[in-house]
Amino acid sequence: MQVALLFSVFFIAVCGLVYELVSSALASYLLGDSITQFSTVIGAYLFAMGIGSWLSTYVTRNLLGFFIQVEILIAIVGGTSAALLFTLFEHVNSFRFLLYGTVGVIGILVGLEIPIVMRILKDRYPFKDLVARVFTFDYIGALGASLLFPLVLVPRLGLVRTSFFFGIVNVCVALWTLFLFRREVPWARSMRAVAVAVLALLVTGFALSERIMAFSEDSVYPDDVVFSRTSPYQRLVLTRGGNDLRLFINGNLQFSSRDEYRYHESLVHVGLAAAPRRQKVLILGGGDGLAAREALKYPDVESITLVDLDPMMTRIFRTHAPLVELNGDALRDDRVKVINADAFTWLNETKGAYDFVIIDFPDPSSYSLGKLYTTTFYQRLSAHLAPDGAFVVQSTSPIAARHSFWCIVETIEASGFKTTPYHAYVPSFGEWGFVLASRRAVDATVGTAHYPSGLRFLKASGLAALLEFPPDMARLDTEVNKLNNQALVRYFDEEWSEYVR
Amino acid sequence: MSSAAQGVAIGGVVSAAVALGSGMTSLPAISRPPVVLRGAAAHAGHMLRDDARAFPPPTPAGRTRVAIVGGGVAGLSAAWRCKKRGVKDVVLLELDSGLGGNARSGANAISAFPWGAHYLPLPGNDAIYVREFLEDIGVITDVDDQGRPFYEETALCSAPQERLLIHGRWQDGIVPRLGETPEDQRQFREFGKLMAQYRGAKGADGRPAFTIPVDLSSNDPEFRALDHVSVAVWLDARGFTSPYLRWYVAYACKDDFGTTLADTSAWAGIHYFASRGGDAANAETGSVLTWPEGNGHLVRKLTERAAGSTRVGVVVYDVEEDEDGSVRIDYLDVKEHRTYRLLADAVVFAAPRYVAKRVIGAYRRTKPDFFDKFTYAPWVVANLSLSGLGPSRHTRFRPDYRFAWDNVSFTSPTLGYINATHQSLSAKGSETVLTHYQALVEGDSLALRRKAYETSAEEWRDQILTDMTRMHPGIDEHVDAVDLWVWGHGMIRPTPGFLSSPALAQARAPVGKIFFAHSDLSGVSIFEEAQYRGVVAADGAIATLGSV
Repeated sequence: MQVALLFSVFFIAVCGLVYELVSSALASYLLGDSITQFSTVIGAYLFAMGIGSWLSTYVTRNLLGFFIQVEILIAIVGGTSAALLFTLFEHVNSFRFLLYGTVGVIGILVGLEIPIVMRILKDRYPFKDLVARVFTFDYIGALGASLLFPLVLVPRLGLVRTSFFFGIVNVCVALWTLFLFRREVPWARSMRAVAVAVLALLVTGFALSERIMAFSEDSVYPDDVVFSRTSPYQRLVLTRGGNDLRLFINGNLQFSSRDEYRYHESLVHVGLAAAPRRQKVLILGGGDGLAAREALKYPDVESITLVDLDPMMTRIFRTHAPLVELNGDALRDDRVKVINADAFTWLNETKGAYDFVIIDFPDPSSYSLGKLYTTTFYQRLSAHLAPDGAFVVQSTSPIAARHSFWCIVETIEASGFKTTPYHAYVPSFGEWGFVLASRRAVDATVGTAHYPSGLRFLKASGLAALLEFPPDMARLDTEVNKLNNQALVRYFDEEWSEYVR
Repeated sequence: MSSAAQGVAIGGVVSAAVALGSGMTSLPAISRPPVVLRGAAAHAGHMLRDDARAFPPPTPAGRTRVAIVGGGVAGLSAAWRCKKRGVKDVVLLELDSGLGGNARSGANAISAFPWGAHYLPLPGNDAIYVREFLEDIGVITDVDDQGRPFYEETALCSAPQERLLIHGRWQDGIVPRLGETPEDQRQFREFGKLMAQYRGAKGADGRPAFTIPVDLSSNDPEFRALDHVSVAVWLDARGFTSPYLRWYVAYACKDDFGTTLADTSAWAGIHYFASRGGDAANAETGSVLTWPEGNGHLVRKLTERAAGSTRVGVVVYDVEEDEDGSVRIDYLDVKEHRTYRLLADAVVFAAPRYVAKRVIGAYRRTKPDFFDKFTYAPWVVANLSLSGLGPSRHTRFRPDYRFAWDNVSFTSPTLGYINATHQSLSAKGSETVLTHYQALVEGDSLALRRKAYETSAEEWRDQILTDMTRMHPGIDEHVDAVDLWVWGHGMIRPTPGFLSSPALAQARAPVGKIFFAHSDLSGVSIFEEAQYRGVVAADGAIATLGSV
């Protein structure tokens, strides 16, 4: 029996270390920066173990029963920890609080185990043998865990099932101990019932963890998927590779945190800096808050109305630390009002004129998106534009989709506006195009004096290069995009399928 | 450490997820979406057939200048005309619980949708009332210097308008192109040339050979003789043997007339191709106007512009001109189960012939034999509510299907489906309503009607889902609900000889102060004809009133 208890120390050690590794790996997976995550999780875990060890002094009676209860608790908390952290990541505001809380609870419980086991065995071995044996099994277990984790567990089971699996091991240790000491432990039957229930829960979790975490698209993305959700409108996937955060909507890259400033500075400042007035700004699309971040750099911008279809999009960019950090908490700025609505319908149903409108819709890759680039759309927009107001449209790539880009220009002009097309190089996208438009021709060069300080890409002397279209991107004749021809979607389809072949 | 390890971890999860997913999809689809049968007015209508005279004596319900019986497009257009001509004292009586007849529409949380007629081709120059009405409701916004109308852009059918599933692939447009032979191409060209000639042709009476309204087409026997042969015979005689061309013409006949090639008058068949195609300043010839609720949109606009008041859910069972010159209209209020008598100076009877036969007193007495010549095609229309069309992993049905407005299968006996949210300006794409159409054409129209009514809603649903699944494997998993409407008398059939028959002329003739209006009097069941008949009948009724 003594040998059996010592052997359980081995399993306890394996389980304890595995939970620690699962939490660390999960944190670096979701939050990036693995050195920080491993270091802080291990630190918090060891510290919590210390608290557990210290708390063990307050346990005076029924040591065996207490040990079994601790095992069952570890099984529940540790076994479900990975699934819980994964699932709640998308729903909680402070993920770190949840992470360290979970790590702390597991640490305290694991910290209680060894002192209690040693006290149970203290009368059966001389002290020097006891310490030697307990720690021998503990360290062997630790070696086993640290080898098993990267070589077998993560590749074969993945994080979520690994934690369920070791929860099952923990509860089995509890059941085994209960069986061995069934005569010495009070309330053995009820504890057994609880342990069996926990076992059933964990086995179910293990079996269903595929459903909980079906990251089947991971293989599509070059980096780790840290977040993926399907809203009623689109599929949002956030990946992290090192410190590069990337957002994909329906599989299309929306931005890379490494170079999105090039895109957003070009989108916003070229026109907004040149606008005669900037008090009222409207952003259509742009639920990531990155265009809003740029527009907020002007003190004379009094209000920004941001209309984005997808509440999930604006919610995650309001609540998730890495994303909030990226957009400078723009979506919670007092000057920003977020409306979740369909842009076309919203324009039809509301009134109000804006000094500057930033249109940051997804590329015209479907017929429903193509409608947001039609003459009908720009005519509706016109009703919301102040007499000297201007707007800018993200207009796909003038080199990869040259007809598409100039079709947008053609369509805006056919809707009664003067245009200023320009382009910028964004490494993760390639050469990207924008169209600035107004009822009277806008001189973008007057804006250079008003560029906010601290821009990383746009500068006064660089503007000329943005406005210049070399022969391979030069204007060509295209149709006007209308609801009843959807010419743009056809161009876009042909050109991108050609380009990505 | 983490990213390499997880790279491998993910591989494991993927293969397991794939295994799980394939296991799930191989399960038989046990649950089917619920189906609701609509179109209950047939029951009230059949009260007439069974024993109309058993109704209790009616109580007086006042007097009106013009009474309109029937609230479909013809009746509503008559009311629209009355208003335009300053006749305000009008009462319209409708059997169904809602107005619109074959252009009725419905709506659910996802979208409005049609129950029948769902589009209007751009009107030609002779369809003056259609143009006038479209100007009234702001669908025609302006006219260019060549007289071509500008149409409101959201009413013009958005691209892509039509597509056809043929040889397992979707192609643009309904004219079959994939796999056509040079001979098919030659015959299509030939056919097109011929139709273009007919489109420009004028009869000896100076009228266009084929135009909408049918009534304004030439009576020149050179063209009218075509009514005595079927489209099938005409195609044979012209050497049009191409299976693609014949499929296309057959589809058009089925879609617009509810008939097979052998059951369609060649005059009507040519009229379909040679009478349409009004010009527009901002759209191509051949474009159509459509709305999420189909022609239900036009019904709503007509209703807003109709003179007088409307009573729905009433069965008119007797219309008879009294000796004092006023017309009495006896009707049953189905909900109250009480009968009323309305007196009118003149009546526009805008219900179909099979109703006129039992309701018009003079017809009951004289029993004219022309009613037998009016035959109708039954239709089954289903509105399928779909969800979960957004990007998703666990589905065989990919979201990149890109519905066109009208989606047709070359091999299906049905007419395919239209997408009710096609005109929507919303970028949301995860839900829609698809309206599936089928005209029952193969066989005797009476037997087909009986079959249409006797087939259970569940059987229709299963047939329709099978048809849809052939076009889009896996789409059935997205169908949450099926709403069904069985039209026993969906469309008047322009069978060979019908349009030139004395029967049709006799049926059009007013009976005293009772003027008849319905598209079945044109022999072609389309909005333009119903409206034209309504306007002409209203003019006839107003002429009897003397001073307005």
